[in-house]
Amino acid sequence: MADTSHGTGGLTFDKSKRSWPNEMNILMALVIIIVIFEIIGQTAPYMNGQSFLFDTKDRFDSIFNEARLQIIILQVAIIGIIALGVTQVIITAGIDLSSGPLVAATAMIAMSFAQTELVNGFPNPKALFGPWAMDLPVIIPVVIGLAFGAFIGAINGTFIAYFRIPPFIATLGMFLICRGIALWWSGGNPISFPTDSYAWIGSGMMPVVWFVILAILFQLIMSFTVYGKHTYAIGSNEEAARMSGINVKRHKVMVYMIASMLAAFAGIVLSSKAVTAQAGMGEFYELFAIAMAVIGGISLQGGRGSIIGTVLGAMVLGVIRSGFTYIKLDGSYQLMAMGGIIIAAVILDQYRQRNRA
Amino acid sequence: MSDEIVLKTEDLTKHYGGVHALEGANFELRKGEHVAIMGDNGAGKSTFVRQITGVEQRTRGKVWLYGEEVNFSGPLDAREAGIETVFQTLALADDLNVPDNLFLGREKTFANWLGPFRLLDYKGMREDTIDGLNRTAVKIPNIRNNIRNMSGGQRQCVAIARTATFASKLTIMDEPTAALGVQETAQVENIIRTLKEAGEPLILISHNMRQVMDLVDRIIVFRRGRICANLKKEETDGQDVVAYITGAKTQPEYDVESA
Repeated sequence: MADTSHGTGGLTFDKSKRSWPNEMNILMALVIIIVIFEIIGQTAPYMNGQSFLFDTKDRFDSIFNEARLQIIILQVAIIGIIALGVTQVIITAGIDLSSGPLVAATAMIAMSFAQTELVNGFPNPKALFGPWAMDLPVIIPVVIGLAFGAFIGAINGTFIAYFRIPPFIATLGMFLICRGIALWWSGGNPISFPTDSYAWIGSGMMPVVWFVILAILFQLIMSFTVYGKHTYAIGSNEEAARMSGINVKRHKVMVYMIASMLAAFAGIVLSSKAVTAQAGMGEFYELFAIAMAVIGGISLQGGRGSIIGTVLGAMVLGVIRSGFTYIKLDGSYQLMAMGGIIIAAVILDQYRQRNRA
Repeated sequence: MSDEIVLKTEDLTKHYGGVHALEGANFELRKGEHVAIMGDNGAGKSTFVRQITGVEQRTRGKVWLYGEEVNFSGPLDAREAGIETVFQTLALADDLNVPDNLFLGREKTFANWLGPFRLLDYKGMREDTIDGLNRTAVKIPNIRNNIRNMSGGQRQCVAIARTATFASKLTIMDEPTAALGVQETAQVENIIRTLKEAGEPLILISHNMRQVMDLVDRIIVFRRGRICANLKKEETDGQDVVAYITGAKTQPEYDVESA
C-alpha cells in the first residue's frame, strides 16, 4: 500500500503544518499602519513630538492615549455591527448593499416608537404618533426595529435564494426601497426626543460594548455551530452543499435575515447615539461595512474569512481615520488612502491565493 | 421480492423537455455485487444515477431499495436511506477540512435544542473520520488541511471515504478516476477492492475499460438513453463491450428499434 499513499505524514495531526492564519496578516498590517503614524507623528516638525497611541502627558496611570483609542473604536463600532452581518453574507458568496439605508429606515421606525411624551415639560414637538406611542418600554422600539430588519432580510434572501436574482441587484433594489421608506416614514422630518432608556442604548461607549458582544457571539457561532459550517460550505461550493443535503435556499434566507437584523440593530444604536433619527442617516455605511470585511480578508468569492478578520478590518479603517486626523491631514486624503487600502487588501489576498494553490 | 436484490428500477425514465435522456431503464443490483455502467458521453449514465439518488426527479418509473419502493425528494433522503454517492463533479467544499466535508449536511452535534445554532462535535467527527480513513486505507497527511490544498487523488479519496465512514447500503461512484494520475487511480481502485471484500454493493460509472474489467462483476451498457446490454464479466471482453457502446451490437432483449 505504501506506493499508493500520498505524502509522508500518515494520519497524525501535525500542528506545525497548519497554515499561518490570514488574520495574523491583517493584525500585522494594523501594527505597521500604527507604527507609520507613530513615526510620522514623532518626526514631522509641526507635530511637536506628540504620540499617536501613547500617553505623552506625565501621568502614571496609563501608557496609552486612552481618549484616542476610545475614539478609534467608537467611530467604527456601529458600522462594525453592520459588517458582522455583511461578513456572513459575503462568506456565502453574496453581497448586501441595502444595509446603509436599512440603518436609516430602522432608525426612523424604531425612534418613532421610542418617543417621550414631554420634552422639558412641553409636549413632544417631533412626535409622529399620538399619545398611545409615548413612553413605551424600550423593548418595544427595539423589537419593532429588529422585526423590520428581519422582514427586509427575509425579502432579500427570498429574492436571492428562491427567485435567483443576483445578490447585487436584489440588494441594490432594497437599497433604494429602504431609503424611500426612511423618507416616507415621517415625510422627511427628523424624529427626536427618545426616552431615557432608548437613549441609553447608544450612549457613551455602549456602541463599542454592543459591537464587542456581537462580534464574540458571531465568531463563536461561525466557528462552532452548524449554521456557521453550512454558511462556509455554501460559499465554498454551493453545489456540494446542496448535494450534501443542506437546504441551501432556506439557509441563505436565514443569513440575509441575520445580516439585516444586525444592520437594523446598528440603526437603533445609531439613532440612540445621535438622539435623533434622520432619513439621510447611514450614508455609505454599506460600502464601509463591505470594505471592513474585504480588508479583513473575507473573500468575495465566498467560503473564506472570519468575524475576527472583519473586526481587525474595522480597526484598520478606524486607525486610518484617526491617524489622518492626528497628522492633521484633510478628510479628502483620508478617503483616497482608504480607497487605496481597500484595493491593496484585495490585491494582496488574490496574490496569496495564487501562491498557495 | 427477495432480500438479495439491493436496488431495482423499472421503466426509469427522464425527459429534459424534448430530450429523452433516459428511457425505460430496468436494472437490478444484487447483494455484494459490483456493477459497472458504461456508455458514450450523453448515453444516460449520469442521468440514471441522478434519478436514483434523488438529485433530480424522474419523469416516470419505479425504484426499489432493499425491496422497498423509494421516492427520494432530494439527495439527503437518498443518503439517509443508505445510498452514498461520489459525484463526477466532486461534491466537496474547498474551504473546509476533511472531517467537515465528510460530515457536511449530517454533522455530529450536541445541544440540539439550539436548532440551526446547535454545536458541532468536532472531536467526535475527527475520530470517526480517522476510523473511516483507516478502514479504506486512505492516507491523508493532515485531515485538518483544507480540501483546497490537496491533490486530486486526495480529494477523490476524501469523497470516497465518505461512503466508508457511513456504513452504506449502496455506493455509487460517477467516474471516480477520470481526473486522476496513475498512482492516484491505483489508490482509488484499492479502495473499491476494499469495499468489495467488505461485501458492499457498488455501482461504478467509468470509461476506463481496464478498470471495469479489473473491478466489477457485471457491465451494463447505455446507449442513447437506453440500456442496450447486460453482460457478465466472464462472458465478455473489451472489444465486445465496445461493440455495444458504439452501437455495432445490441442484445436482443433490449432491441426496441427492430421490435
